Amino acid sequence: MLKIEGLNVYYGTIHALHDISFEVNEGEIVTLIGANGAGKTTTLHTISGLIQPKSGSVSFMGKPVTGVPANKIVEMGLCQVPEGRRIFANLTVQENLEMGAYTRKDKANLKNDYEVVFTRFPRLKERIRQIAGTLSGGEQQMLAMGRALMSRPKLLLLDEPSMGLAPLFVKEIFSIIMDINRAGTTVLLVEQNANMALSIANRAYVLETGSIVLSGNAKELAASEDVRKAYLGG
Amino acid sequence: MELLQQFGQQMVNGIALGSVYALIALGYTMVYGIVKLINFAHGDVLMVGAFAGYFVLTSFGGDASKISNPLILILAFIIAMIVSAIFGMIIERTCYKPLRKAPRINLLITAIGVSIVLENGARVIPWIGPNPKQFPTLKNIGFLEKVSDFIKSATGVYISPVQIISFFIAVLLMVLLFYVVNHTKTGKAMRAVSHDMNAALLMGIDVNRIISFTFAIGASLAAAAGILFALNYPQVEPYMGIMPGLKAFVAAVLGGIGSIPGAMLGGFIMGIAETLTKGFISSKLADAVAFGILILILVVKPSGILGKNIREKV
Repeated sequence: MLKIEGLNVYYGTIHALHDISFEVNEGEIVTLIGANGAGKTTTLHTISGLIQPKSGSVSFMGKPVTGVPANKIVEMGLCQVPEGRRIFANLTVQENLEMGAYTRKDKANLKNDYEVVFTRFPRLKERIRQIAGTLSGGEQQMLAMGRALMSRPKLLLLDEPSMGLAPLFVKEIFSIIMDINRAGTTVLLVEQNANMALSIANRAYVLETGSIVLSGNAKELAASEDVRKAYLGG
Repeated sequence: MELLQQFGQQMVNGIALGSVYALIALGYTMVYGIVKLINFAHGDVLMVGAFAGYFVLTSFGGDASKISNPLILILAFIIAMIVSAIFGMIIERTCYKPLRKAPRINLLITAIGVSIVLENGARVIPWIGPNPKQFPTLKNIGFLEKVSDFIKSATGVYISPVQIISFFIAVLLMVLLFYVVNHTKTGKAMRAVSHDMNAALLMGIDVNRIISFTFAIGASLAAAAGILFALNYPQVEPYMGIMPGLKAFVAAVLGGIGSIPGAMLGGFIMGIAETLTKGFISSKLADAVAFGILILILVVKPSGILGKNIREKV
């Protein structure tokens, strides 16, 4: 579904991603794990078109994504929940969701999709008229995910959804990610919380200073000695 | 009693003038909110709008020095607003867009450059030229004169037909703007882009289109203000946008740059401050007071009356 081949990304003279290749198949949860500064967010930004790679290609459902403007990529069915949630704090919950549906042309189904989001995140419905900036961290993460779901993505990119959340919320968010996946959305998950990420993913790639150093079945990686030492705290 | 009446008169003058400043200030504040640029060419876009209105009024108005048909006046507003909107969008596309990732100071210097080009460009165009031109004045718009006479006899305060028009057009445009910004998809997207441009891109919002639209709205409000300004004075010339532009900039900062209600409030305060100074202190001091307000607000509350505190993005 998503295919990344030989991606090289630079920030000025800094070589941030070295020749990265990986793929995500339809229906999977794939996770990209690695330490701070390994290049996880850079990878997602490149896929979403916020950063242009120096070389290499990204293709989605057989169509090239590299060079396509970021807003058009959303229309292709690829939506990202950015790191730090980045909700529109000056808009209401309702308006944030409307912005998620910005690219939607099938107005008839929209109403139903709001209901789907509200059943998944009942708290959002309670706070529908509230200014989004006044929500708690966990609620903001839910809003960010609900907002992205409003675009009806085929592939959802999640960047550090557990960041800064209380442990209880982290559990809830991860079970919601599994629900979303079961409902038919493919997920590419970037996480520092490797334990949690590996527990729900089918496959995983490990990034280290801009290169993929390990890849494979998530359960096997979670059991492997190297990964446990480096990322799972022994 | 006489003092009270004089005060009332100056307040009326101030509100009429302030509504014009408010319209201009809205353009500054909206553009700042979305691209963090103080668009110093904004006053010159006002001049472009005023000239567009001037050409409509003098070519279709019959008697070139008087406006007796309100429909022609409405036509002048519409055409001037469209012409300025297109101007605003072209300026953004050609001058500001290529610098979107450049440091803000480059953008600011470019804006000053655009301003100089527009002013001096207008001077060399044969139909405009460097000399002031007489702007048509209102004549025989009977209904407005009746309202004006009625208010005069009831309260002793004189409100001219032009002031009535200024106030109502400004309020009408502000109500429209409020509606667009708060209740349309594009308006919501404008607020989303002004909060976080990259997040807006990630939601599929066509940020370039939204920025163009913002410049177009700001420029068309400036055009309406330009005609109102010219009706008051009544003349047009290439440098006419500088002073109202600067004062509206002060108004936008006073109200809190980036805040739409702030720009409206700031505009009215500036207008009232100016006419009260003229009426009770000295007309020579009016500009000094206007810019004194700028210095004062920057020292005391740089975020402005309704402005938000600037958040550091992490």
